[in-house]
Amino acid sequence: MTKKIGKQTVELKSRPAIIGAYASVGKKEGEGPLGKYFDTVYKDEFLHKKTWEEAESELLRQTVFGAAANADVRFADIDYIFAGDLINQCTTSSFAIKDFGIPFFGIFGACSTMAEGLSLASMMIDGGFAKKTVCTTSSHFCGAEKQFRFPLEYGSTRTPTSQWTVTGSGAAVLSENGEGPKITHITTGKIVDLGVSDANNMGAAMAPAAADTVFTHLSDTGREASFYDMIITGDLANTGSTLLCELLKKQNIDISKNHYDCGNMIFDTENQNVKSGGSGCGCCASVFCGYLYKLLLCKKIKNILLIATGALMNPTSSNQGRTIPSIAHAVAIEA
Amino acid sequence: MLYNIFKAFWVGGVICVIAQIIIDKTKLTPARIMVSYVVAGAILTLIGIYEPIVKYAGAGATVPIIGFGYSLCKGVIKAVNEKGLIGVMIGGITATAGGITAAILFGYLAALLSKPRLK
Amino acid sequence: MGSLTKNQYDEMVKKASPNSKIVKDCFFAFLIGGAICAVGQIILDIIKSYGFSKEFSSNFTSMAMIFLGSFLTAFTVYDKIAEYGKAGMLVPITGFANSIVSAAMEFKSEGYILGLGAKMFTVAGPVLVFGAISSVACGIVYYIFKMLF
Repeated sequence: MTKKIGKQTVELKSRPAIIGAYASVGKKEGEGPLGKYFDTVYKDEFLHKKTWEEAESELLRQTVFGAAANADVRFADIDYIFAGDLINQCTTSSFAIKDFGIPFFGIFGACSTMAEGLSLASMMIDGGFAKKTVCTTSSHFCGAEKQFRFPLEYGSTRTPTSQWTVTGSGAAVLSENGEGPKITHITTGKIVDLGVSDANNMGAAMAPAAADTVFTHLSDTGREASFYDMIITGDLANTGSTLLCELLKKQNIDISKNHYDCGNMIFDTENQNVKSGGSGCGCCASVFCGYLYKLLLCKKIKNILLIATGALMNPTSSNQGRTIPSIAHAVAIEA
Repeated sequence: MLYNIFKAFWVGGVICVIAQIIIDKTKLTPARIMVSYVVAGAILTLIGIYEPIVKYAGAGATVPIIGFGYSLCKGVIKAVNEKGLIGVMIGGITATAGGITAAILFGYLAALLSKPRLK
Repeated sequence: MGSLTKNQYDEMVKKASPNSKIVKDCFFAFLIGGAICAVGQIILDIIKSYGFSKEFSSNFTSMAMIFLGSFLTAFTVYDKIAEYGKAGMLVPITGFANSIVSAAMEFKSEGYILGLGAKMFTVAGPVLVFGAISSVACGIVYYIFKMLF
């Protein structure tokens, strides 16, 4: 008896519930259009720590505390935690949760980590291996700049297609029963690479992966795009969103009315000088846990498809001029 | 003196604009621009094109990073004239030692005293 | 899904990606780059007017400009100005100072030897490497030229 439907989708008959979620962001994100929805806005980018890396760990740590409190569960009752981030070998997550005493799966999906975590955490519950799981991820602008681009104080110029890494973190607590939005379907993406190699145009690199996952999800489930109140991509930003809509139009799928992008929603792209929009693991995570989760809780929206997209590259591959393999995972959530 | 400043302003400005056009049109990274400018400065000096520009514009030609290539090449020519073949190896860095050492020293001091901040 | 070739997609990407505002960029690069050179000229003229040699004056000027670049970087405003000045802040020698100082500040967190010391040149290193190589190349060419004529 398999729970798989179609090519890449599973249906979760037990419908695991997201019983708590928490989002923390930095100052710039707090000043953005969604500022009032985030649970914590940190004014100090160091979070009173010495380094960016420690600061990001602290951000993630506090977010998990917040989510657990929000869901009213004790750490001892959590069976597994799924976490990942952008910093080398996911050390941010490891340091953040090392004292929690919760069995841990480290995951890497670049900016798709939130959807990847939600997928695995909910499948774990649906498979009967766990009662409660947590998934979390984070990114920090300064740490990401240091690792992927230039020193923070270096006066480099950003191209109009480049994206601004979100300082933010989101955590969600999933349970086999309980009140909250339910995860119904999961479509796991496959790697798509259409030859984009410009690390300053990640939206363009990831758009084909997102289009592929949306297309596969709809044909696997037999749903129409209009079934969803919101189809939310992770961090395609302006350039990538345009490309996604065009790509799907070629397949006769029109998502221009209900498509939203976390990278566009989190910042005011006109006035916050973020060029194309936001990106990073924390982008999708904080928008979902901070904003969308609240919309689902108060039933303002009924069905959403969350598609977090990830550019699976690192500075070495980028310096070597290789292309950017991309992925997108979709999670269908019902209020 | 005001005329000197004006000359430095417009020549320096034009050198920066050329770099800006290259950046916007070719997506070359800043490091590549800086390297090409230094190499270009050395070559232009060797073939005798840059010296007249320096004579005309003063700091307008020496302050841009092309001027670093200019100093390197001028230094090596001077050293070859004075010391012969060994000048090939020591001339360039000797002429620019002040600038390089200053950058390293100030870099060290700044790192001791200051922390990067997010704006 | 569909059979989109890399070339076709490349076309789509080119169409969808906005271009840099080249006229505005150039205007500010000219203004700010020119202004930095003008400051250099002012320093040069003042030093010269005190009767120092040409070599001393030009050396002093480049060190003063490097100090200025380092100072603005340490006070975390250099990148702020560079947002507008772009190449105007990159090309002058102050940009070279900025690349060294910013890297030193950034990597201090990884220790003084392997962090600050080693990674100070992550951005500026290539300039020194290719500068030194081109000076040697120029020296060889000049030496041969001198022998022949």
